[in-house]
Amino acid sequence: MNSLVKRFLQTVLPPLLLFGVILVVWQFCIDHYRIKPYLLPSPRAVCNALWNDAALLQRAVVYTGSAALCGFLASLVLGTMIAFAFSQSRMLRSAGYPYFIFLQTVPIVAIAPLIVRWCGNGFQSVVLVAGILSLFPILTNATQGLLAIDPDLFDLFRLNNASRWQVLFKLRFPSAVPSICAGARTSSGLAVVGSIVGEFFVGQSTKHYGLGYLIEATNSNAQLDRLFASVLTSTLFGISIFALINLVSLTILSRWYDGPVEQRH
Amino acid sequence: MVIDATPNSQPPLIAARHVTMAFGPARTVLKDVNCDVAGGEFVALLGPSGCGKSTLLRLVAGLLSATSGSLTVAGQDPTIARRTTQKLAFVFQDPNLLPWRSVAANIALPLELSGASRQEQARAVDEILPLIGLTQDDARKRPRNLSGGMRMRVSLARALVTHPDLLLLDEPFAALDDVLRQQLNEELVRIWLARSWTGMFVTHNVAEAVFLAQRVIVMSSRPGRIVADVRIPFIYPREPELRANPDFARLCGNLSQQLREAAQ
Repeated sequence: MNSLVKRFLQTVLPPLLLFGVILVVWQFCIDHYRIKPYLLPSPRAVCNALWNDAALLQRAVVYTGSAALCGFLASLVLGTMIAFAFSQSRMLRSAGYPYFIFLQTVPIVAIAPLIVRWCGNGFQSVVLVAGILSLFPILTNATQGLLAIDPDLFDLFRLNNASRWQVLFKLRFPSAVPSICAGARTSSGLAVVGSIVGEFFVGQSTKHYGLGYLIEATNSNAQLDRLFASVLTSTLFGISIFALINLVSLTILSRWYDGPVEQRH
Repeated sequence: MVIDATPNSQPPLIAARHVTMAFGPARTVLKDVNCDVAGGEFVALLGPSGCGKSTLLRLVAGLLSATSGSLTVAGQDPTIARRTTQKLAFVFQDPNLLPWRSVAANIALPLELSGASRQEQARAVDEILPLIGLTQDDARKRPRNLSGGMRMRVSLARALVTHPDLLLLDEPFAALDDVLRQQLNEELVRIWLARSWTGMFVTHNVAEAVFLAQRVIVMSSRPGRIVADVRIPFIYPREPELRANPDFARLCGNLSQQLREAAQ
């Protein structure tokens, strides 16, 4: 218990203290220099907006969260499946890989309107944008993990006359799980970003709206206190998704493996 | 009890004829290697680091194929032999256990890969555990919760679980401390007497080779060649006291001398 308190004091307290200092300086600047609320809202105004919009923000979080989660799960499954295929054939790998790099490097804001045009103004388009953005880290990490197996273990399987499928499911996939977990952690954050970006283009014409639409709408109405509240909620939401995926992958890794790669001695 | 497992009438189980192995033009690892190993025989391959003894073992396992010359196991190509007539097991220098599997599931892996039922696997694991000095409690653990010596025992159990005809060991105890190494050597001799597989044991430790094997093949380095083939006269079962025997010391001395000459 004592060490828990100590860890809290060492890791959580310093950033919280810094945050407090920033809030005080911020409020002071607003009061002292009379900054207009449509340029920078005061921390107090942001707090009020958070309070007043609580129900709205909560619904937006659920909407954005479901889209991010669907996109993330889709990319987790699809990315791993494509990586399975890539691990089985060098030809397939060299043929397909450039297109995934293309998908990764093309600006998502440029193709998001296209996706909306093709898939319609709805949840599915948001999910698709989130999925595209989060696919690449899973795919690269899974492919690398499936290929980088211990040569001695591969020899062990060969000596026991293991089939290609046995090597894939009993050696490659379990060996790749730590890499897939690392990819999933990066992807989870990107899925949240993806769904928010997706809503910029989709949100306007649907009955439900998420954080992306709130950010877009409050910005165009110059409601900066509400904008800040939405951004703050998005950030906190992103952090909590990241923490959740981190917790899940840590549980998997410490239970079945020697812990996450960066913590091994 | 004296065991002489070199029946003259039968063809050798392993026959290497003018085997040369090169990784590229500038790296000849083995050159013109000739040797026979009879069925049931326990042979040690002794040589300095980098003399190609592990390569020779991998050729016998069919993990590599020779650049020139022929190497057969039971008269066949090693890769064919291990798929048909000869059950082969290989013990690596590292235990090479799968960290996500329990000890029992690691031991059962070769059986699982060959399509044995769960009951057969469980029965085989239960049978092998006492032979290798592991308890049911150990069998439920994960490899990372075991000491280095215990992991090696698990690795050995995984090799023996299929009742192999041919057991190839690639410096399996090199990373262990001396006491543990001696203890495992004694157990290996005991298991060999009980199970009577054909064994090839790669080591750079002279005392280990002499204690274990019926025959010690000494190799030179760069390129690897066989420079001596020495029969070890001590009777089995070999007890720890053998190491204090003056004849044992003399033989080790001779072999060390040959090893030194081979390394030059």
